Amino acid sequence: MTRAYTGLLLMAALILTGCLGQDPQWHGKDIRGLMPDLAFRLNAPSGAPVTPEASAGKVRLLYFGYTSCPDVCPSTLAGLRQAIRRLPEAERDAVEVLFVSVDPRRDTPERLSSYAGFYGEQVTGLTGPIPALRTLTRRYRTTFGYDQPDAEGNYNVSHGSAVYVFDGTGRARLLLRPGLSPQQISEDLARLIRESRAL
Amino acid sequence: MPELGVLAPYDASPLTILVFVLAAASYGYALPRLPRNQRPGALRVLAFGLGLLLCYGVMQTRFDYYAQYMFFVHRGQHLILHHLGPFLIALSNPLPVFRFWRARLAPDGHPLLRPVGTLYRALQQPVVAALLFVGLIYLWLWPPIHFDAMLSRPLYWTMNWSMLLDGLLFWWLMLDARSPAGGRTLGYGKRILILALVALPQMLLGAWIVFSRGQVYDVYEVCGRAWPMAPETDQLLGGLLTWIPPAMMSVLGILLLLRRALHEDGQALASQPVTGGRSP
Repeated sequence: MTRAYTGLLLMAALILTGCLGQDPQWHGKDIRGLMPDLAFRLNAPSGAPVTPEASAGKVRLLYFGYTSCPDVCPSTLAGLRQAIRRLPEAERDAVEVLFVSVDPRRDTPERLSSYAGFYGEQVTGLTGPIPALRTLTRRYRTTFGYDQPDAEGNYNVSHGSAVYVFDGTGRARLLLRPGLSPQQISEDLARLIRESRAL
Repeated sequence: MPELGVLAPYDASPLTILVFVLAAASYGYALPRLPRNQRPGALRVLAFGLGLLLCYGVMQTRFDYYAQYMFFVHRGQHLILHHLGPFLIALSNPLPVFRFWRARLAPDGHPLLRPVGTLYRALQQPVVAALLFVGLIYLWLWPPIHFDAMLSRPLYWTMNWSMLLDGLLFWWLMLDARSPAGGRTLGYGKRILILALVALPQMLLGAWIVFSRGQVYDVYEVCGRAWPMAPETDQLLGGLLTWIPPAMMSVLGILLLLRRALHEDGQALASQPVTGGRSP
């Protein structure tokens, strides 16, 4: 009788941890099955249209921001740069950071391209017309908005602070919340790269 | 497509639109065809229409956009889906419309309706209904689940629809216009007790959100707010909306039921023959 109970309890615990518990090895939040696959059609600074196919096979990190961003974007992108630098040299090219500017009015191709380049050769600056950006942010359940411009025409842009990570096949895998260290991000990336290479 | 502005759905759900159109159309079709003595008066029609419109409005207009990116607007959305909208619909007593369609579509019952009926009766057990009503609020506000629900589109729709359906079930059980004297509906005492009991855990949860120091729901910070608002202000407003208006809805429900109970007591007394008693 007691044995049967213990067995039942054990089974319930297993099921519960299996369904609700997060994989302890990921530092980011596992979003497999929660969010849709990577899909977009935006423009590179050269003006050429870009879709996820261009970076297929790589681990993609999608991040929304703008180049005039005073704090969040620089610190997030610097953190990603450090995380990528911690990877073995041969693995760095298996990562691509897609920095999507949600401020296409101010972020000219030159500006976006030099800004992205500053954070490493793995960073690609992308942008597009507002409706295309709205479609993409809605797909990943995030948003952006503009403040009233001041006398000099400067304005703040509100945007999400998360980085969405997709594997080589474009499946949504992780959500990196602010607060993760470059080391933690690097460990997650290394694991995803190994996983994609094993396929 | 015509420019609808703020009335256009942020995330159009054909199924949701279909359900609301069907509900409105079947009500509107049945209304003039009901016998005069069963036809709901203008006030009841207004309550039904307003309840329906409110629920539709928070699900399929720009309001939904703000509900996805601001915690306190999200709490307002659930206040309408789980409390105010269903409260108005239940208060409007759409029973004659149901009877009309039942007589039209399945006068002798339908084999498909039987499991639905069984499920309905199981969910309308007083204890089950009360637990479900409070349980759903706690489930969707449990921080890890809330985070996932705001990230995943299917989960988000499941959340909103489960709140609306449960709201309809609960408030119909509470406000069912048929007198308990017939034995088919819950007694007024039990209804009042449930309304008081479900208010307590909601007040507790709302107060906990209001007085939490840290950020309880960081998903709005991660995904970006609709406009720049301090996270503490958003959380405070959301907590207040979880705390006060639901408690007021319970009080309102209790007052309505007390009025009905007193009214029926009066009727029972008036119709009782006085010959039964022995005069001193």
